[in-house]
Amino acid sequence: MAAMFAEGQQPEVLFWVGCAGSFDERAKKITKAFVRILQKAGVSFAVLGSEESCTGDPAKRAGNEFLFQMQAVTNIEVLNGYGIKKIVTTCPHCFNTLKNEYPGLGGDYEVMHHTSFINDLLSEGALKIEGGSFKGKKITYHDPCYLGRANGIFEAPRELIKKLDAELVEMKSCKKRGLCCGAGGAQMFKEPEKGDKEVNIERTEQALDTNAEIIAAACPFCNTMMTDGVKNKEKENSVKVYDLAELITDAADL
Amino acid sequence: MQYIPNILFVLLLAAAAGLFARNIRRMVRNVKLGRKTELSDNKTQRWRNMAMIALGQSKMVVRPIAGLMHILVYVGFIIINIEILEILIDGVLGTHRIFAPMGAVYDVLIGLFEILALLVIIAVVVFWIRRNILRLGRFIKPEMKGWPKKDADLILYIELVLMFLFLTMNGADFQLQKMDVVPYVEAGWFPVSQIFEGLFADMNAGTLVLIERGAWWLHIIGVLCFLNYLYYSKHLHIILAFPNTFYGRLKPKGQIDNLESVTREVKLMMDPAADPYAAPADDVIAEKFGASDVMDLKWIQLLNAYTCTECGRCTSECPANQTGKLLSPRKIMMDTRDRLEEVGRNITQNNGAFQDDNKQLLDDYITREELWACTSCNACVEACPISIDPLSIIMDMRRYLVMEQSAAPQELNVMMSNIENNGAPWPFNQMDRANWADEM
Repeated sequence: MAAMFAEGQQPEVLFWVGCAGSFDERAKKITKAFVRILQKAGVSFAVLGSEESCTGDPAKRAGNEFLFQMQAVTNIEVLNGYGIKKIVTTCPHCFNTLKNEYPGLGGDYEVMHHTSFINDLLSEGALKIEGGSFKGKKITYHDPCYLGRANGIFEAPRELIKKLDAELVEMKSCKKRGLCCGAGGAQMFKEPEKGDKEVNIERTEQALDTNAEIIAAACPFCNTMMTDGVKNKEKENSVKVYDLAELITDAADL
Repeated sequence: MQYIPNILFVLLLAAAAGLFARNIRRMVRNVKLGRKTELSDNKTQRWRNMAMIALGQSKMVVRPIAGLMHILVYVGFIIINIEILEILIDGVLGTHRIFAPMGAVYDVLIGLFEILALLVIIAVVVFWIRRNILRLGRFIKPEMKGWPKKDADLILYIELVLMFLFLTMNGADFQLQKMDVVPYVEAGWFPVSQIFEGLFADMNAGTLVLIERGAWWLHIIGVLCFLNYLYYSKHLHIILAFPNTFYGRLKPKGQIDNLESVTREVKLMMDPAADPYAAPADDVIAEKFGASDVMDLKWIQLLNAYTCTECGRCTSECPANQTGKLLSPRKIMMDTRDRLEEVGRNITQNNGAFQDDNKQLLDDYITREELWACTSCNACVEACPISIDPLSIIMDMRRYLVMEQSAAPQELNVMMSNIENNGAPWPFNQMDRANWADEM
């Protein structure tokens, strides 16, 4: 972004990569997949790179409003400094925080989740895919809480699966009643409380019950939780967990 | 002498109304112990929500069987209240079936009431079976032991008795009408109580009058007692569902409020022009961050607690609860109400001023283990048929633990210090954020 700005250019959209997308080995693949999509569709975009910092979401959900607001105010200064108007992100947690919690602190942007963004690219014809490789395959979609229930985005990700020509099979709990993967509310960063089962195992069992070959995720944290769940069930050879961006790059031959 | 029943009735009515008003005043006082928050924006949407969710029961039918049965009882309750109106007027004026001159309309109304009464009886029996024979999971969770279980059953018994009294009254009345006994004018259609005609067949007028009057009085006394039972029961939702859905959240569920007290501090810290040595202004009392007791919660959260009808839909959707963790969103609401009631009684006993009782909502009611088990997934908020938000209470209590007590679990402290130092929840260097680009 800094380089673009120095040349006096303004990107159409800022891609907010997020911490998982920047550092987590698995999530980095999602980042790269989405970037390939943006490049293919000819979208003018930029990333903040080392100027990006955690949105503060896990701190806020853990109860540390101070740290959250410190992060938010710092990020807003950077974003406003570059005159950013539109942001796209591959992480529903970043999405929710930027969209809902930053405006109150002076950060007003049009924020989109990458599933809606890609869906728009396909509808506008900026991106074309061939569903061939997924034809007849069963895909189940796991609703990330912060995309679905929290922000009412249920259809865009499902439309993507339909555009892949795949058969979308729903889990027992889906859409508004979707079951959490177990990572939200800062649970990702701590051991769970005592119980008789892990949340991600419960959710993975629901996914496996659909007999889908692919579990489509739309959140890097859900991705980790579901991948762990599938491994725990020793199904990693027959059931794969992919982000929707990865499925699209596959179908678009990128 | 002939006015004794009227006088008795008016006295009874006044006592019931007075007691009810006192309870409502206490409840309002208790709710006002909560922090102020402005929730009167966007009135159109709020009225619409109330019409849809409370009046229209739109979220009840997410679970079709319970939803349908509930609608029967609810419609029965609302419509049979027209009959209560007649009973009240009759009671005060000493008349009998004052609406009878309405003729055919009256026949239809009474017939409708009887059919609804029968449907209510069926629904109540189904509810009882679900709780006591089928023992559905959400009705037998640990927090339902003791009074909550009794309360739930008691409500069903009271409703059953009231409906039977209503039908008995009508059945006896119908016989007396046929006998041309004064003042039992021919009025009404009795499709349900007629079925039990045989029970009254051999009775003389005197016995029938005794039964009719007895059932009439017991019914209205029962209704007035039930009215005053509400405040002590989960059944309070029949009133509070309306304001609670009106004031319910309009923002996206994922949006957690930004604490203004924190914003002030953060702005001050970031302001290069601020004088670091300035003494705080005298009129600014440092606000406690988060909540450790009911007074730290907002009034809407306290209203939520009084509104909760303990149906347990929240708990049955909760991922933590489903996987055997201690957390139950319903218990969060029940604990909040119990503690609020305790604080309220304390205030009443101490003439309006709260005396410290060395107790609080945190630890004495809600444990830290429960609070830290939440994934903030909003399933409980979505599940609630009357717009209660248990998550907001969990978040406020976490805020207290972290910002006032520095009592977060150790792993979360590590995560937070990583954010502080590296701008990410993991110990990676911020300068490496774009390294993925080199791997493209």
